[in-house]
Amino acid sequence: MIDRLFIALALALAFFIQNVGAAESSEIRVAAPWEISGPDPSTDGFVFLRMGVLETLVSTSESGNLQPGLAENWSTTSDGLTWRFTLREATFHDGTPLTSDAAVTALQRAVSNPGPLGKVAIDSIEADGRDVLIKLTSPFLPLPAVLSHSSTVIPAPSSFDPNGKVLSAIGTGAFRVNELKPPQSLTTARFDGYWGEKAEMASASYLAVKRAETRALMAESGDADIVFTLDPAGFKNLKSVDSLKAVSVAIPRVMLIKVNAGHSMLGDETVREALSLAVDREGIAAGITRYPEAAATQTFPPGLGDWHNAELPALAYDPQRAKSLLAKAGWSAGEDGILVRDGKRFSLTMRTFPDRPELPLVAAAIQDQWREIGIELNVSVANYSEIPKGHQDGSLEVALFARNYGSIPDPYGSVLSDFGAGGGDWGSMNWDNPEVVAALGKIANTDDESVRTSLIKEIGKAIHTDLPMIPVVWYQHTVAYKKGLEDIVIDPLERSYGLNLVNWAQ
Amino acid sequence: MIQRFGPLVAGRLVQAILVALVVAIVSFAMMQALPGDAAYRIAAGRYGYDVMDAAAAELVRTELGLDRPLTLQLLDWVVALSTFDLGNSLVSGNSVWSEVADQLGASLLLAICAIVLSVLIAAPIGVVAGLNAGGWVDRLSLVVSVATRTVPAFALGIILMLWLAVEAKLFPVAGYGNGRHLVLPSLTLALGLAAVSNRVIRDAVYDATRSPWYAFARNKGLSNSAVFRRHVARNVAVPAVAYVGVQLAYLIEGVVIIESVFAWPGIGHALVHAIFERDVPMVQGTALTLGLIFVALNLLVDLLCRWLDPRGAGSLR
Repeated sequence: MIDRLFIALALALAFFIQNVGAAESSEIRVAAPWEISGPDPSTDGFVFLRMGVLETLVSTSESGNLQPGLAENWSTTSDGLTWRFTLREATFHDGTPLTSDAAVTALQRAVSNPGPLGKVAIDSIEADGRDVLIKLTSPFLPLPAVLSHSSTVIPAPSSFDPNGKVLSAIGTGAFRVNELKPPQSLTTARFDGYWGEKAEMASASYLAVKRAETRALMAESGDADIVFTLDPAGFKNLKSVDSLKAVSVAIPRVMLIKVNAGHSMLGDETVREALSLAVDREGIAAGITRYPEAAATQTFPPGLGDWHNAELPALAYDPQRAKSLLAKAGWSAGEDGILVRDGKRFSLTMRTFPDRPELPLVAAAIQDQWREIGIELNVSVANYSEIPKGHQDGSLEVALFARNYGSIPDPYGSVLSDFGAGGGDWGSMNWDNPEVVAALGKIANTDDESVRTSLIKEIGKAIHTDLPMIPVVWYQHTVAYKKGLEDIVIDPLERSYGLNLVNWAQ
Repeated sequence: MIQRFGPLVAGRLVQAILVALVVAIVSFAMMQALPGDAAYRIAAGRYGYDVMDAAAAELVRTELGLDRPLTLQLLDWVVALSTFDLGNSLVSGNSVWSEVADQLGASLLLAICAIVLSVLIAAPIGVVAGLNAGGWVDRLSLVVSVATRTVPAFALGIILMLWLAVEAKLFPVAGYGNGRHLVLPSLTLALGLAAVSNRVIRDAVYDATRSPWYAFARNKGLSNSAVFRRHVARNVAVPAVAYVGVQLAYLIEGVVIIESVFAWPGIGHALVHAIFERDVPMVQGTALTLGLIFVALNLLVDLLCRWLDPRGAGSLR
């Protein structure tokens, strides 16, 4: 009895330990933190776009400029109200051709789901021969940029069931889905009918690994060929591993403090300036996010074209000046060192969330730094939906989060919803600047580059002096990959992993 | 046979129905009692912080009918449950059955491997330590057990990754797919479990060797190994099986941190996410499945113990 048991166990162990062989050289394995909930473009389009399975009408180059994707070219009428996108000849992974009807269905679905396309004033989307016609109710020049967003990918009609539910991700990209196992893994194989440059690798796989420590170890052990988003300690460690290359690129993501300008203590511009002066950005960038050069000197990071204005004076760290500004605003130190005015303590609650592990740490640092100038800050770490919720019901005081101004190549849409009339869930709150609103309105209508540039500068300046949102640090995109990999493209917009171009050195 | 095990099975069946009812109502009530707006939480779970906003939350509210009266929502769920329909996840849209089945399969696989491995580690050490109480094996195993127990499972996992995956390159660091992926997470869990269970076995063996029946068996001339096979093993097995049963229950639900360190798609991880994201059908389906599994596990442990030790059977009748 016992003998048989041992034999069975030995066999089971042998089965588990069997060596399946080292990775095939024509396979590429990606590890990244984002889990996959299913094949729906509205929730998970980004994974399929990055892995080269689904594609958008408009694509972007390495440097973030727009280039043809599934649309060969596009044009707009002189009134800017009708856009025409001409589709290229392409084949879906199920063998059916790309049609304008398929594109129209996908785009209409994107309009009715959350995402940037739903925020554009669209009147209708129609098929016209090989063209897709998009009619707007008001001109919107950055429309092609919006059509590069991952929520606007074009799946084949066979991806949907009769009720419009997405069953699978059948696209036009260089890789087709072999197996999708939410929430963890996606495996793909090269699609030989791809319209563009066919992949060198026979297959590519994606594994969602939430913990940064695990991802770093996967890079080091060789279990993954490319690993995205490393924590500072892991990144530093991987830089010294011989078999790996660890690189970082600046991305258009910025950590900001959202301030409720309608709050009795925060409405005053000089108070917001004091809050900003009390933030030691270089300390935070060096000590927590570990890129000292990424301390934010203004809201928009370099790489956002005209939106980043090198002429603006850098946001300074000067707690003494912060204290004198607060004293001028009528605040004086109470018994415990916390400022008091008219019997009210200067006490605020900052909402933040743990999905980005650096946020609670930075919130704690700001808590200390604001305590230095006599402001008591309570940090509330919760679900991130508490921030839009607090914006809507007015209960939010300050919040700390990371905002991506590169979710589409033109940050205009994000700036409009963040700093336009009424502010935004992830933008300004109870701060209305008529000049900014007017300038934002004009930008949508002008294709004169010099006018556009001066309007953008005007907006940037107003945000810089009024501080409806206080920038803290800019972000870096960190990647580690095996040294034998060639032609790797690190996309600062995080749209694509460029896997069809990657190959192993001979 | 039926006389021996019948009442046990019948009792647990009644318990299973009660558990299902209580879990159904309590999990619904608890989800409703949580602070925060469900539509916001579901939208957050679906779309991620770069896309989610108040407009997305309102779309979710309309789509799912979250503004309907609570009693109506509870009634829907109980009616659906009576036809064995657990509904669809509010976040992914997939059927709760298929999601739970996938994740439960992965969790059970991990839990069973961990238990088997822990018994393989703990049993020999515990028996040797118990037979030679106070000897060097006994003392060393006490020190190592305490030391292993004090290391958090998460750190133990990283240590094993560094040692067996990065340095020795024997196993993959993380992932789910083939048997090799199973080794590190189950070893991490097994070491933590064995650290306690080897002491439980050691104490049981020690007690057995100090008992009058042990002395009697030795005095009537049985060899050490014969006494162990015929008498000690069976006596030690009862507390060991009961303890391993408890560990298995803990493993199936309680390995969230190990699942997340090793990127293992288990049910604990799924339940925690579902709670954060207010995915009520997923929480209900998962809690219900876990509740029923505990009943089944209890039954299994009872039956095994009754088989190992038939003496108590009379008292139940």
